[in-house]
Amino acid sequence: MVSVNGNTHESALIQVRNLDKKYQRGSEEIHVLQGLNLDVDEGEFVAFMGPSGSGKTTLLNLLGGIDLPSSGSITVAGDEISHMSGSKLTAWRARHVGFIFQMYNLIPVLTAFQNVEIPLLLTSLSKADRRTHVEAALAVVGLTDRMHHYPRQLSGGQEQRVAIARAIVSDPTFLLCDEPTGDLDRHSADDILNLLERLVKDFRKTILMVTHDPRAAERAQVSLHLDKGVLIEGQKTGR
Amino acid sequence: MKFLPFLIANLLRKKVRFIMTIGSFTIALFLYCILATIERSFNQGVEVAGADRLVVINKTSIISPLPFSYKERLTQIPNVKHVTYCVWFGGIYQSEKNFFPQQAIDLKTFRDMYPEFKVVPKYWEAFKKDREGCIVGPSTLKRFGWKVGDRIPLRGTIWPGTWEFNICGTYDGTRGDDDLTQFWFRYDYLDERRLPEFGKGTVGWYMVKVDKIDRAAEVVAAIDKRFTNSAYETKTDTEKSFAADFVKQIGNIKLIMLSIGGVVFFTLLLVTGSTMSMSVRERVGELATLKTIGFSDTTVLLLVMAEALTVGLVGGGIGVIVGKIYTLTGDPTGGLLPIFYLAPQNMITGLGLGIFIGMLSGLMPALFAMRLRIVEALRRV
Ligand SMILES: Nc1ncnc2c1ncn2[C@@H]1O[C@H](COP(=O)(O)OP(=O)(O)OP(=O)(O)O)[C@@H](O)[C@H]1O
Ligand SMILES: [Mg+2]
Repeated sequence: MVSVNGNTHESALIQVRNLDKKYQRGSEEIHVLQGLNLDVDEGEFVAFMGPSGSGKTTLLNLLGGIDLPSSGSITVAGDEISHMSGSKLTAWRARHVGFIFQMYNLIPVLTAFQNVEIPLLLTSLSKADRRTHVEAALAVVGLTDRMHHYPRQLSGGQEQRVAIARAIVSDPTFLLCDEPTGDLDRHSADDILNLLERLVKDFRKTILMVTHDPRAAERAQVSLHLDKGVLIEGQKTGR
Repeated sequence: MKFLPFLIANLLRKKVRFIMTIGSFTIALFLYCILATIERSFNQGVEVAGADRLVVINKTSIISPLPFSYKERLTQIPNVKHVTYCVWFGGIYQSEKNFFPQQAIDLKTFRDMYPEFKVVPKYWEAFKKDREGCIVGPSTLKRFGWKVGDRIPLRGTIWPGTWEFNICGTYDGTRGDDDLTQFWFRYDYLDERRLPEFGKGTVGWYMVKVDKIDRAAEVVAAIDKRFTNSAYETKTDTEKSFAADFVKQIGNIKLIMLSIGGVVFFTLLLVTGSTMSMSVRERVGELATLKTIGFSDTTVLLLVMAEALTVGLVGGGIGVIVGKIYTLTGDPTGGLLPIFYLAPQNMITGLGLGIFIGMLSGLMPALFAMRLRIVEALRRV
């Protein structure tokens, strides 16, 4: 179940309470998130929508522990991350979060295989185990035959699939996607959305996705709107 | 180790730039090796000088002779173990630019004084039998294409006329930087042929070996005291300080070398430092992605430092190896630098310098990468 009213329900995987984020730009203070609440259960696929500048990326960054809130708390699987120190937070990210960006953010000098292997370099897995994991992740995204291609030799949709493989290879607790289809044509975008859907259905992944595209949002079980610094519920798609 | 493929991929990102950076290190380190070799060549006399050997020269100047009769008197001074004498010949082979040192030596005592030079018995026996014989160092043999058995004419500059010598053999040094250019011939041959007004019965200088090194200072004093108020007063010194004085007269070679080397390495630092910065700044987005994935600030710092270190190590390593190969081809000046030898300790220092400059040039970019804030960096791309 997903809720945005802040009523505690114990089972939620992600619990956000009274989240505030302010930016200082010169003398001007921008209050992006204003007492935002959110609960997301395991295995859910949530879409965030909202106008440009409404704070969607800011929210994902806070949820993923690459930015710190001005106040409020974020708890993921029992870990309160809003007060973690830099190095603890880094280790937490490596363990729990898979990021997928609009521009894929692959390392251009590494092959698809090597890109997917990166998160595993931080683990104590042996070379052979890393290979097994990378091949499995690439099989999930359907790119086994492109394993040794460099990003520049792949289409945008394929690059994004490599990025998804990189995000899931270390089996993180949840995935954060910031406009994952924003740079893709309709057809490739559908492929990516099908893939994300499969991850939720078949692998019970939890996915939080920012999108501008209503058709993408439809694929999620729930879509939420970010408005004036808080989330409000959109229509439930009932999937 | 598992980061190695990543490291290599990053280094080879821009191949031309990589080759240029490596090349800068190679050239700088090659230059360092040559400077170190030249410096060593000038100082080799000091390096190889024995602390237990004294040089006795005429107080007036090194080119003024001393009487032959001093040999007996020197031998009588307490703590003196061996005495030998030499005369500088200064002959010319074909042309003046073919310089190499020649000295007349005493057959009986020379080898006691210089045990570091090895002559095989066969050669020494031949030398003993041939009044016009000579022993020539391997470098000089190679330089002029001479062989044992050849007869060599030298034009005398101090003692006029053409002097012919038969090459009876060669010698070898026992240390890497022993002088292998020398030409020894017999004092009796020189003294017999030269005219009375040209120093017959004199020697150029005496070499004295003391029986205990800690007595050297006393013996120095005793020798000079023994000959005060004689017609030929002496000036005695240990071989080491004698050689050091000689080098000082040439000028402060070390300072010149240090200045050149300093400028070269400073330039290298600026060039590679800015290259490394550029290469890191191009990758802001990638570095932020790595941090997002869970690379710690320290890991990112180490990755950048490792790149810089590798450039220094590889470029410097090639430079040192090329330098060593170059010095093995021998003295390029044809005689000015009798010892053209790159010592292992210089190679190690050179390699260390390469690594050090590499690390130093990577330090600022690495700190930049470490401090990079993910959110800001991701917004930039
Ligand atoms: N580091 C920052 N310093 C100052 N202001 C910032 C900073 N980061 C974000 N903002 C501001 O916060 C607001 C929310 O930005 P955010 O990127 O979260 O919006 P968004 O909803 O993701 O927009 P878009 O749909 O265009 O991606 C914007 O007004 C932005 O200008
Ligand atoms: Mg955004």
